[in-house]
Amino acid sequence: MKNKKNLYTLISIVLVFLFLVYANKNFDSYQIRIMNLCAIYVILGLSMNLINGFTGLFSLGHAGFMAIGAYTTAILTMPLAVKESNFFLAPMAAPLNSIVWPFVPALLLGGLLSAAAAFVIGAPALRLKGDYLAIATLGFGEIIRILITNAQRVTNGALGLKGIPDTTNIWWTFGIAALTIVFMTLLINSSYGRAFKAIREDEIAAENMGISLFKHKMLAFIIGAFFAGIGGGLLGSLLGTVDPKPFNFMMTFNILFIIVLGGMGSITGTVISAFIVTISMEALRVLDSSINLGFMVIPGITGMRMVIYSLLLIVVIIYFRRGLMGTSEFSWDKAFEFFKRLPLSKGGAKNAVTKNK
Amino acid sequence: MTFDMLLQHMLNGVSLGSLYALIAIGYTMVYGILRLINFAHGEIFMMSTYFAFFGIATFKMPWYVVFVLAILLTGALGMTAERVAYRPLRDAPKISILISAIGVSYFIQNLSIVLFSGRPKAFPQIELFTGMLKMGNIYVQRLTFIIPVVTAVLLAALIYLISHTKNGIAMRAVAKDHETAKLMGIDVNKTIALTFGIGSMLAAVGGIMWGLKFPQIAPAMGIMPGLKCFIAAVLGGIGSISGAVIGGFVLGLGEIMLVASLPDLTGYRDAFAFVLLILILLFKPTGIMGEKISEKV
Repeated sequence: MKNKKNLYTLISIVLVFLFLVYANKNFDSYQIRIMNLCAIYVILGLSMNLINGFTGLFSLGHAGFMAIGAYTTAILTMPLAVKESNFFLAPMAAPLNSIVWPFVPALLLGGLLSAAAAFVIGAPALRLKGDYLAIATLGFGEIIRILITNAQRVTNGALGLKGIPDTTNIWWTFGIAALTIVFMTLLINSSYGRAFKAIREDEIAAENMGISLFKHKMLAFIIGAFFAGIGGGLLGSLLGTVDPKPFNFMMTFNILFIIVLGGMGSITGTVISAFIVTISMEALRVLDSSINLGFMVIPGITGMRMVIYSLLLIVVIIYFRRGLMGTSEFSWDKAFEFFKRLPLSKGGAKNAVTKNK
Repeated sequence: MTFDMLLQHMLNGVSLGSLYALIAIGYTMVYGILRLINFAHGEIFMMSTYFAFFGIATFKMPWYVVFVLAILLTGALGMTAERVAYRPLRDAPKISILISAIGVSYFIQNLSIVLFSGRPKAFPQIELFTGMLKMGNIYVQRLTFIIPVVTAVLLAALIYLISHTKNGIAMRAVAKDHETAKLMGIDVNKTIALTFGIGSMLAAVGGIMWGLKFPQIAPAMGIMPGLKCFIAAVLGGIGSISGAVIGGFVLGLGEIMLVASLPDLTGYRDAFAFVLLILILLFKPTGIMGEKISEKV
């Protein structure tokens, strides 16, 4: 049975790979862009789920970490000529205006700087709990954005940076997303992961079991911030431009919606919902443009998409609080049970027993 | 800095602080009773300015009628938000209610972009409030004095309501313990709705004054005041009404004085509040007036 399941996993990985090869060749640039966005939101969703879903720290500073990653990658990878044309108000600060790094080290440094910021922020903020932590991390996210807006000679301030090399393609995004999934799965199933979950369930009980609260909270926070920085770097390189405005609370809200819909504390749930949310956000653009029914034209209302979107969040949280997956993960057993409805097959029966407990 | 300038900045700081205080009271009341950061409070504040704007600019009603209507409508809006998005989650984990509050906040904000367009509108100016007074060598808007007086009167009324009326006693009882309050025959849901209504109406007064003082209104205008007033509430000790007022004044005065004395830091004006928040959370998490809450296992 175990071998069979591994085989299924292998087959589905190959299928996803073949689909990507097909997509890369036949999809138009708009569709490929959406695919890239999906993969980036998988990375971002997983990084936020590690902090909010698995460790139970309600942190709202994600956009700030993404901004650090996006700016680091952008500043380091931009060709010198582009840098000069961007900084027409004031020249760029000294060492930065003469260095160009390859994509991967820049992306990694973006992640590391973002993790370093998390270290600095986390040391004081993680002593707080619940909604105090939420508002403090939100505050830190805003402070990062304000610092970026005011650091004219490093980040070009509110004008933002244009002409970032578009290194990001489907292989980078899906490759890094796959690495993130593997890393998160290993982490969650390790002793660290069990400690994270214990902290989420009951801090005091976890502490009594000898789990160092501060160390594990910091670890989750820093790892989450690292991947947020990587995701931000990929996003900047995909869009070709960064400016401080999009890294506001709205960005954090989008990722929060992904993990709430997928299930706080589920890796597969986050992956599925990252795809659903990203694709449906694009599909909902229909609402913003006018629809021609042949005999009549329904005028589009700009912004209607966001109204529906926020309404959906409220509906999900009131009626489907567990999200798609709750805290459980996808497994072949459950998938077979779901599709075949065979309660007496090995996997099905086992599941039935665990459910009855 | 000359004495005149100092006086000018002080007056500005006091009137901004009074506005912060009015909005912060709504946060502190809701937090006191539900242990919830009402993320939608900033958006409720924003809606009140639009109610007043449409009453005066579109329906051409006299301002005193419009102000009363706007305050009532905003109160109703706050109670509706509570009924629809928070009441079904009363027994849910705290994070769920918080997420729901964030959802409501974005819903109202985006709906107002759809309904009123994202472009800022000019709030009507009313001579009685916005006229200039000459004080020695400086000119001051009448509003600068009206705002603190209105705040003081409302605060006195609120403190009377909470300490001397039946509804006020019910509010305090529910804030202490929902279950016991229910056993004492208090209608918990009604009391919570009333709290939201009063908090929202105070935010509406703040919103109208805000519109008169900074005559440009836009759907996104509620975000920053919303966050800052929550910070003011935390600063003063969340759950405490006098604390919220003190926090509002500290924040308003501090912000104006910082920008006035160090003009280089103007770009960091919004960061000031957050730095203050983090400092207070680190060194005195219960705030200036807050009580120590011990943790139950």
